[in-house]
Amino acid sequence: MRPVRELILKAQNLKVAFGGVQALDLDLFKLEENELRVIIGPNGAGKSTFMDLICGKTKADSGKVLFKNQEILEKKEVEIAQMGIGRKFQKPSVFSGLSVYDNLLLAYQMPKDVWSSIRFKINSAVVDRIHAIAKKVGLENFLEVEAGGLSHGQKQWLEIGIVVIQNPKLMLIDEPAAGMSDTETAKTGDLILSLTEEHSVIVIEHDMNFVEQIAIEKVSVLVRGKLLTEGPFKDIRADERVINSYLGKAV
Amino acid sequence: MKSILKNRSYDYIIFLALFLVLLPIGNILGIISVNTISLWGRYFCFAIAAIGLDMLWGYTGILCMCQALFFCMGGYGIAMHMLLDASGEGTYGKAIPDFMVWNQITELPFFWEPFRYFPLAILFAILIPGLFAGIFGYFIFKSRLKGVYFAIITQALALAMWLVFLRNETMLGGTNGLTDFKQLAGLDLTAASTKLILYLVSCIVLIAVYIGSKKLVNSKFGKVLVAIRDSESRIRYTSYEIKNYQLSIFVIAAVIAAIGGMLYVPQTGIITPGRMDVKASIEMIIWVALGGRGKLKGAVLGTLLVNFLYSIFTSVLPGSWLYVIGILFIVTVLYLDQGVIGLPQQIKKYFSKQKSAKV
Repeated sequence: MRPVRELILKAQNLKVAFGGVQALDLDLFKLEENELRVIIGPNGAGKSTFMDLICGKTKADSGKVLFKNQEILEKKEVEIAQMGIGRKFQKPSVFSGLSVYDNLLLAYQMPKDVWSSIRFKINSAVVDRIHAIAKKVGLENFLEVEAGGLSHGQKQWLEIGIVVIQNPKLMLIDEPAAGMSDTETAKTGDLILSLTEEHSVIVIEHDMNFVEQIAIEKVSVLVRGKLLTEGPFKDIRADERVINSYLGKAV
Repeated sequence: MKSILKNRSYDYIIFLALFLVLLPIGNILGIISVNTISLWGRYFCFAIAAIGLDMLWGYTGILCMCQALFFCMGGYGIAMHMLLDASGEGTYGKAIPDFMVWNQITELPFFWEPFRYFPLAILFAILIPGLFAGIFGYFIFKSRLKGVYFAIITQALALAMWLVFLRNETMLGGTNGLTDFKQLAGLDLTAASTKLILYLVSCIVLIAVYIGSKKLVNSKFGKVLVAIRDSESRIRYTSYEIKNYQLSIFVIAAVIAAIGGMLYVPQTGIITPGRMDVKASIEMIIWVALGGRGKLKGAVLGTLLVNFLYSIFTSVLPGSWLYVIGILFIVTVLYLDQGVIGLPQQIKKYFSKQKSAKV
């Protein structure tokens, strides 16, 4: 028996439509602390939209999202980020003109208003943390490299590092392994598995080998904006409806 | 100073030796003409404004097309002071500036009053552009206007303000602007020594603005600016309220431009709305682009270089200037994305590539 964990995220009756198309129509979605949830589903199922709603990028038409028992739908992106929700985008977005070190420095959890930034002085606690995170994402030897010069995989890791160093309670990771080689994908999987020690994580993924690696807990299947089913990966893979609507039959 | 020497940055030493030592001494000895001194003094003022623009455009990625407006606001402020300072000495001997006499204005408009006193005039010449930029910027950045839209709206602002300043009803001299200055802070503006003093003040202010701006862009604040340029959404979801950063740098750039304008007008002896039209702002953008944006040194170099070339070409080959600057700009856009300042590095890169290709 695993210990009872607190609920960290709860979405209810969450709806959003784009130009008459119901992009998301989610009855109920729950996530516990330190849980690693994988969301799979065909293109246009509303996976990324769901993340956009949680982090404030898109406004919902109706419904509720409670994060640590606080409603977040009305809040702005910066407030949501400050509450402890970190987002990694599908397309790697890093600060290409800054070094890896500076990329991580900017994300480090600290007062982020203008005046504090002007007055900011580096201290050893920050440096240590930057080095620790860089090591965690495998970029400890690239700290002085300009982020724009990193490979695609390294950029993805750096962006994960940027999210991790903010120390969010909940991390939303959108297709971390897209465009990666097999070894890079495996490394990314290990990285994500290690994140659950300190964070709750939601991962969107298409690559089934990768999902198999990281889906140690529940997998949610979204189809046409609705939650089709949830459960352990081996059950999901055997589920007739999932096979029909998404996975397809093994040939 | 120590760090400058330690870094063996010869460009700084050359700059200081040339402009703070050689040129002034040459002027005192009579080798360098007052005209040349005054010319470079004015270039320094442009360079000051260009530094602000570079922080805005090169670092933050905000293409601002009304930098010349803020430059002129500072310029008008000091011009108003100089006219009031010499009141009674005009052609008509009235207590109000001459142009008001032509326009049948008998009493000094209320907003001219504060500019009577030198310190207050300086304060207002900085405060007004800063405040103006603050209010205008607040609404723009709040609505997340960016890129081309920001460029267009600032261009529209420059045009609108140009039209406002052109009108006689604005009581700032209309098309003719403000001119016929006699003195500033007790110095006779026609004297050669005053020109040298203004040159030196401009040079020192340029150095001070450069050092201050360098500190700013090297601070974490400056890194956030670059981050906004590189990935606005990423920095937003890293919980930075970016509109505050954009607004801050917009106001800082406006104030820096105003300081440049304040030093410029006493040296040139006239300020007209022509200095603030859209074309003037675009010229500033060309200086920064040619010099190398995203590098403060580039902005200064570009400004000095373009203006120096301008003075050469307009005297040697009159009429050719627009073609020269046009070609220079096209070459920069096509081949020198780092500007002139990035040229040595680009050449080095090119040769190392050739070498590795041979091996």
